[in-house]
Amino acid sequence: MIELIKNTNINFLGKRNIAFVFSGIFAVIGIIAIVQIATGRANLGIDFAGGTAIQFKFEKPFALHEIRLALENGGMKDFDLQDLPTENKILIRVKTTEQELGQVSDTITNILTQKFPENKYVVDSTTVIGPKVGGRLRADAAKAVAMAVIGILIYVAFRFQFKFGVGATVATFHDVLAVLGAFYIMGKEINLILVTALLTIAGYSLTDTVVVFDRIRENLKQRQRESVEAVMNISINEVLSRTIITSMTVLLTSIALFFFGGEVLHDFSLAMIMGVIVGTFSSIFVASPIVLLWGGKRPFAKK
Amino acid sequence: MKKKILWRLILICVTVILAIIFFLPNTPAFQHMPDWWKNNMPNKGIVLGLDLQGGLHLVFEVEGDKAVEITTDRYASRLRELFAKKNVKADVNVSGLSITVSPSSAEARKIVDENYPTLTAVETGDRLVYKMSDKEATRIKDTSADQALETIRNRIDQFGVSEPTIHRQGENEVVVQLPGIKDPKRAIDLIGKTAQLEFKLVDDDARVAAELPQLIAPGEEENLLKQFADKIPEDTEILFEKKVNRETGAVRKFPILLKKQSSLTGDLLSDANVNIDSQFSEPYVSLSFNAAGAKLFEEITGANVKKRLAIILDNTVYSAPVIQEKISGGNAQITGSFTMDEAKDLSIVLKAGALPAPLKMLQNVTVGPSLGRDSIESGKMAGIIGTIAVVIFMIFYYRLSGIIADFALLLNIILLLGAMASLNATLTLPGIAGIILAIGMAVDSNVLMFERMRDELRAGKTPRAAVDSGYDKAFWTIFDSHVTTLITAAVLFQFGTGPIKGFAVTLSLGVSINLFTALVGTKSIFDVINSKRELKKLSI
Repeated sequence: MIELIKNTNINFLGKRNIAFVFSGIFAVIGIIAIVQIATGRANLGIDFAGGTAIQFKFEKPFALHEIRLALENGGMKDFDLQDLPTENKILIRVKTTEQELGQVSDTITNILTQKFPENKYVVDSTTVIGPKVGGRLRADAAKAVAMAVIGILIYVAFRFQFKFGVGATVATFHDVLAVLGAFYIMGKEINLILVTALLTIAGYSLTDTVVVFDRIRENLKQRQRESVEAVMNISINEVLSRTIITSMTVLLTSIALFFFGGEVLHDFSLAMIMGVIVGTFSSIFVASPIVLLWGGKRPFAKK
Repeated sequence: MKKKILWRLILICVTVILAIIFFLPNTPAFQHMPDWWKNNMPNKGIVLGLDLQGGLHLVFEVEGDKAVEITTDRYASRLRELFAKKNVKADVNVSGLSITVSPSSAEARKIVDENYPTLTAVETGDRLVYKMSDKEATRIKDTSADQALETIRNRIDQFGVSEPTIHRQGENEVVVQLPGIKDPKRAIDLIGKTAQLEFKLVDDDARVAAELPQLIAPGEEENLLKQFADKIPEDTEILFEKKVNRETGAVRKFPILLKKQSSLTGDLLSDANVNIDSQFSEPYVSLSFNAAGAKLFEEITGANVKKRLAIILDNTVYSAPVIQEKISGGNAQITGSFTMDEAKDLSIVLKAGALPAPLKMLQNVTVGPSLGRDSIESGKMAGIIGTIAVVIFMIFYYRLSGIIADFALLLNIILLLGAMASLNATLTLPGIAGIILAIGMAVDSNVLMFERMRDELRAGKTPRAAVDSGYDKAFWTIFDSHVTTLITAAVLFQFGTGPIKGFAVTLSLGVSINLFTALVGTKSIFDVINSKRELKKLSI
């Protein structure tokens, strides 16, 4: 029997204040990120902000500054470039303009054809999102996150008790905020695929939390004489090896996705990697302490 | 062997065989199957999303307000004719969505009320002002979206795209999905062109016509229109003819003064075809009018010999030839410096008919075929590497039991692919990520059980008892943890656009199947091992 974690007896809940400091910092950054996103000051993706994004794949290597110069001379304004030099790819993003939708991409392709006649290209992808659709997608994403949170709260409250629902929801929300905040600080694009990753993280982190809660519920029934805090500690220690093993396997696949999954899924898998780590942290250090803080009385006493 | 175990093993075998049959069309092996198999067994498999096979996803808004405007215009010109016919002296003017009849008279009112009950009078003093009723306006908007959908479908059909998806969304939007398109720009132009064909007489007699500049640079149109707004006669307008220099690509515009009233419109066409000019070997589009159109065309050309008749598509003049003589037979042609593709597309849009209202593009997501191919390849790669990593990790940590968990994992992957194929689900790039994540999460159920079993073993139970009670104790935890993931997957499915829906589908299928493989699959193996003889030690 190989055991990474052998009969641990770590006082996790005793360290809750240190954990709360970290969690507080994560949450604050996350909330700042949300405010910045809501006021349009974050690096919003085309799908949320509206605009045009075109990815070109050139036959030969190119110099980024030459493309920048060519576009500027061609009258393009307010664009940004992102290149993938190993594959001669470049992503050109233009935020909403007064020009008619669809014309922006024509202008860009015309400029590139005229300025770089010796370097042929293919258009890998074009994404044009009108402001109306962008606004709708933003609202949908916000609605989705809210619905997920409510759904989680209801289910956990139904299966456990309301205070557990609160603990699970806070822990889950905490993870979403932490990853969102990290993406904001790194200046990464906030887009639909990130929201997808965030909701997946929410689901994953919740699973983790529920497993801990399950054990707490079981132990609370069996260990009537011990304090709630002690029972929680015992339970977390008991499921610790499962928590870490499962996090390991999900991490393994997320890392595989990060390195081999291709450019489009790069940020998605990065978010997953961060989410798995912070989700593991939160199910140990956030979820149970919240339940403990919420009600000092013994949960499940009436059952 | 106990009967219960046997039944479970049979169940597993049957589901695996079914999964393989359903997934077969997605593998190269399907090509080598006999014909009776290809025809009678599942042959569609998992469908690739637009982001993986390449293609276009377009969302257009049908500008219903314009359709109401156009209808208002048409009512006004019909009213002018009716008034003239019945000798009612009244001017009919349109501004925006209202029709003004002045001076007011009982006869005029009667004519309007009898012929156009959907017009509501908003002013009945010295002049009559009519407006389309709200109900009628809504009906026109709704109909225009339906008509637009139909017209787009006709155009796409004639253009030739395999398996297009075209449907309405919300009040006034049309979604068009064209998989595997090679020339997205051409397709977008084809769909988006209103294709309102009009014939209008050129007003060369007006004094101001001579003052118009010969040609202007593109972008100068607005200024020119402003400059001449007050100078041109009321029944005329200025439109532009676009000339493109083939060699340099430079665009120049020629302003032309035209009668506002169109003499003939595209709805009187019966056919449009591409022909090649024998003299310059340039393609042109030949038009045939229906009987009414042919008669009208003959009348107009007969009455306006030596004048110019402009052929206008979507407010751009294509050509304005001089009428040499009366033209009967109902044929006309549109020339212009077309490429073959342009001429072909023009004939398609003219044949399919004009859109009832202009379209506004809201969204365009185009993925080239090479990016899609790359995505599939890297997705496969990540999936294989991720699976191998998890498989090795489980064997390393749980030994023989790890092999059982790995067996359950492979079962999971096979059944997931089979389930997706049986539903003809659409696989998208995020969907691939969903499968790979599901692989990572799939072993969780086994981990939960194994850890429980280890606890029981430590407590001194026999291997068989440890397996059974470990199982029972883990059951509700496994159930709870799966339901919570399903909740988020359901939310994702509800709100997601195409690619994200794909993710939600793979994730929720993966999670549900995982319940089956863990609770039926792994348990059966343990039972089989245990049923032979009581194990002294459990390799876990």
